[in-house]
Amino acid sequence: MRNLKHYLAIAVLIALVSVLTYLGMVNANLFPVEASAQAVDIDWLFNLQIKLIAFFFALIVVPIAYSMAVFRRETGDTSDSEPIESNTPLEIAWTILPLILVVWLGYIGADNLAKINAADPGALEINVVAFQWKWRFDYPQGFSSDTLYLPVDQQVLLKMTSPDVLHSFWVPEFRVKQDVVPGRVTDYRITPNRLGDYKVRCAELCGTSHAYMEAPVKIVSRAEYDQWIADQTAIAQANAAASAANPDAGRGQKLYESLGCKACHSTDGSGGIGPTWKGLYGSAVALSDGTSVSADDAYLKSSILEPGAQTVASYTAGAMPASFSNLTDGQIADLIEFMKSLK
Amino acid sequence: MNRLTQPGWVRGLLSLVFGLALGSQGLAFLQFLATKTYNPFDVGSWVLGSVVAALTFFAGAGGKKVFHLALMRGLGWQFLGTLAGGFLAEFLRALLPDMEPFGKFGFSEPAWVLGAIVGAVSFLAGAGVLTDWFKWAKGESTPEHHHDPDGWEKYFGVSLDHKVIGVQYTFTSLLLLSYGGLFALLFRTELAKSGMQFLDLNVYNTLMGLHGMVMIVSILLGIAGVMNYLVPLLLGAPDMAFPRINAFSFWIAVPAAVLLLSSMALGGFDTGWTGYPPLALRAPVGIQMFYVGVWVAGWSSILGALNLIVSVLRLRAKGMTAFKMPIFVWAAVATSIISLTATQMIGLAFQLVIFQRVVGMPFFDAAKGGNPILFQHLFWFYSHPVVYVFILPGLGIISELLPVFLRKPLFGYKWIAMSSLAIALVGFLVWAHHMFASGMNEYLRVPFMYSTLLVAVPTGVKFFSWVATIWQAKIPRDMPTPLLFVFAGIFVFLLGGLSGPPNATVSTDLHLTDTYFIVGHFHDTMFGGYVFPFFAALYYWFPKVFAKRLDEKLGKIHFWLMTPSFIFLTLGMMKIGLLGMRRRIADYDPALGFDIWHLLLTISAYLVAASVLIFFINVYKTLKNGEPVTGNVWNSRSPEWQVPSPMPAYNYDRPFEVVGEPYDYGVPGSTYVKM
Repeated sequence: MRNLKHYLAIAVLIALVSVLTYLGMVNANLFPVEASAQAVDIDWLFNLQIKLIAFFFALIVVPIAYSMAVFRRETGDTSDSEPIESNTPLEIAWTILPLILVVWLGYIGADNLAKINAADPGALEINVVAFQWKWRFDYPQGFSSDTLYLPVDQQVLLKMTSPDVLHSFWVPEFRVKQDVVPGRVTDYRITPNRLGDYKVRCAELCGTSHAYMEAPVKIVSRAEYDQWIADQTAIAQANAAASAANPDAGRGQKLYESLGCKACHSTDGSGGIGPTWKGLYGSAVALSDGTSVSADDAYLKSSILEPGAQTVASYTAGAMPASFSNLTDGQIADLIEFMKSLK
Repeated sequence: MNRLTQPGWVRGLLSLVFGLALGSQGLAFLQFLATKTYNPFDVGSWVLGSVVAALTFFAGAGGKKVFHLALMRGLGWQFLGTLAGGFLAEFLRALLPDMEPFGKFGFSEPAWVLGAIVGAVSFLAGAGVLTDWFKWAKGESTPEHHHDPDGWEKYFGVSLDHKVIGVQYTFTSLLLLSYGGLFALLFRTELAKSGMQFLDLNVYNTLMGLHGMVMIVSILLGIAGVMNYLVPLLLGAPDMAFPRINAFSFWIAVPAAVLLLSSMALGGFDTGWTGYPPLALRAPVGIQMFYVGVWVAGWSSILGALNLIVSVLRLRAKGMTAFKMPIFVWAAVATSIISLTATQMIGLAFQLVIFQRVVGMPFFDAAKGGNPILFQHLFWFYSHPVVYVFILPGLGIISELLPVFLRKPLFGYKWIAMSSLAIALVGFLVWAHHMFASGMNEYLRVPFMYSTLLVAVPTGVKFFSWVATIWQAKIPRDMPTPLLFVFAGIFVFLLGGLSGPPNATVSTDLHLTDTYFIVGHFHDTMFGGYVFPFFAALYYWFPKVFAKRLDEKLGKIHFWLMTPSFIFLTLGMMKIGLLGMRRRIADYDPALGFDIWHLLLTISAYLVAASVLIFFINVYKTLKNGEPVTGNVWNSRSPEWQVPSPMPAYNYDRPFEVVGEPYDYGVPGSTYVKM
């Protein structure tokens, strides 16, 4: 073969450049630490992709660079290059081989997706409410937290929803990302496997303060987790008892901000998805069925626990999520106390 | 001394300062009316003030005759039309019960929407784009052709000559490129350090969203400019098939651009260029100007594409069978098929949000039976294929120029031609890969992964064919600027292409989606597929258009400043994206350690901007002082270079005949066209 030495040379160079590119990329500190079982599988696929990237990078760049170096026009040569029009077997080969490769990669990708989606029936379920611009984590024990505590090596299933706009749950160390959509519940399944402090960062543009919509995520040992749950439950019960006995507008205001009421209800009389709380307490509320009701303690409590039961005129039925039904009597008392303070 | 006897540039400069002060402070006052705070340094007001300043500069330098130009008449009419539409809507609202008249920004929101639409139509009427059609409707006849004035004025009037329209498109594209670039520099400067420096959050989001959409419109106009100028010349046609629709397609993009930029004066919008509801339902009125602007610009794409396809089908020279067309024409057809059939979807998606905001139809409100994810499907059904609209002409330019400079046939011409069509068709089947994390039905993710990976096959065919074209070619020792941009285009597009498959396989994409990795990947595809080839085309065909050759030295400075800075910029974006940098954030957690990276990326962005500035200086200097060149500058076989530059009106004196293959460089005795 006429150009055998050139072909041999680029074959060797392609192999060399592939390996060097691959080594360069895997040593370039491109990924955060792996903090979930899913991240291990996903990083395996990333590694495969990096191998393919390194090879194809070399396959394209080496012959071009080699041509530039070796076949460069001699000074003073004004003749045309040797005309090579096409080579059908070659064209077919570089259509069919990549086709086989992408089908194979698709198969690997589907298999990898199935692995990270594998469900553990004993997964720990936590409800997540994302709202402008905070995260709230509702634990099955009946309390809410603004920090996500997770036990290590136990699959968790986050049931996520939003009262306002799209958000997205992303902990870079977990690798997986899932949007939170108003009006529906999306699932996020993860098995944390590395102790430490991380952050969930909202990854779907959700308005002006989107950048700041972050919340701490703590992965702790099983014992530490159980202790934390016990402590939080006790604190929640103590607070509930204290609030029921002695409601406080200050605590109510904190709840207003941390529970997400703020996303829809203003405190200054301006409009929103829900009615303003300013001057609400004790006022006469016109309902969508034409009747009117006085905004007393009983009405306000039932509106929080069963938002769909009565709808204020000109507002949308069902706009308010039912996720507030786990509030304690004490928390509701605090909230009502806060409403009372908004004259 | 009489004021009018002063040199034009002095009057222009004085008018510029006046316009900048008037525009920026006028808008700051409008903001004051809306928000009750007066901020003389409001970024949005200054950006729009610069638009006013450009007009006053132009008026000051050009004198009274400027006001008779179609552009100025159109803008005046657009202003009046907006007022008329706005007051009409306010009047209608006054007739209805329970409607509060007017709003925070003067008009109420529905009035701004109607005003925007009436304003855009008024622009066309005022500029004279519709005149011939009005006359035909009344039964009057008009001349088949209109005579353009000589000199620069023809570029500011309504011309039916595809070459003039091509230059108008390209000029407008470069103007919008400058605005889009300016927006990027503003928010990149903000990002150079963590914490908020000088932009407020809403202005940041507005600039970021406008950067996206202004650049998209700029690219659409840029490819339309190159296609408009070249395709009739390559086909051997005197003009496009429908010259009046051609003029309409260009001119409607001008009020669209004005509308897009005006969103800044009406409170901006915080949604980014994707404009997703439900966030878009809560955004300030500015988002309506954004939506209406894109909606109006869509007409330009659709009608331009229709015109191009008909021209290619009907106006080819004798002997130009499908596989003897220049490869750029194939790319132009493939891109136009997408524009013609997909653009409606983004128009529709935006229109539905306009309706939901103005008249309360709850298309995307989950509580009332709507579905926010539906919007994403409609949006991406256009917005994914459109990236192939952006890159196919650029890839066509690469395929067109390589053989000329390497003096070697294009390897696998038919396969490259077919790969353009294949990319266009497969491109329609991949849109939901933008939505792997959106919460759409989970089982849909696997088929969309396969279709997305499939795009790699025809794209690979292009790369392999380029490599085979370059292999053993006599590459010039002193590389001319267009060839440098072609090689950089191939390299940068390779980076964009290779960073694609990790976004296609679902599980890896769940990490990558909505991060800076995507931003880096996307900018590589856009620069490799559009910006670098576009500059190659500008350097290459400039002598054809203006009969002057751009300065090689400045061209090389432009190239060597832009290429390494840009490659560093995007690779840096990808790296911090992988490490946890989200996209579309105004501020970032300093604990991530990205400060130094963002500073370096900002510096790179400034270097890219400086290189483009050098290009503009080159264009100005060449037009002013360049030596005339009328011949076949690049020794090309293509028909447009076989006649002296610049091309006369209606192009070739006599039709040419295609007698050979387009790219048979090095084949003894072969020619492509017989003149």
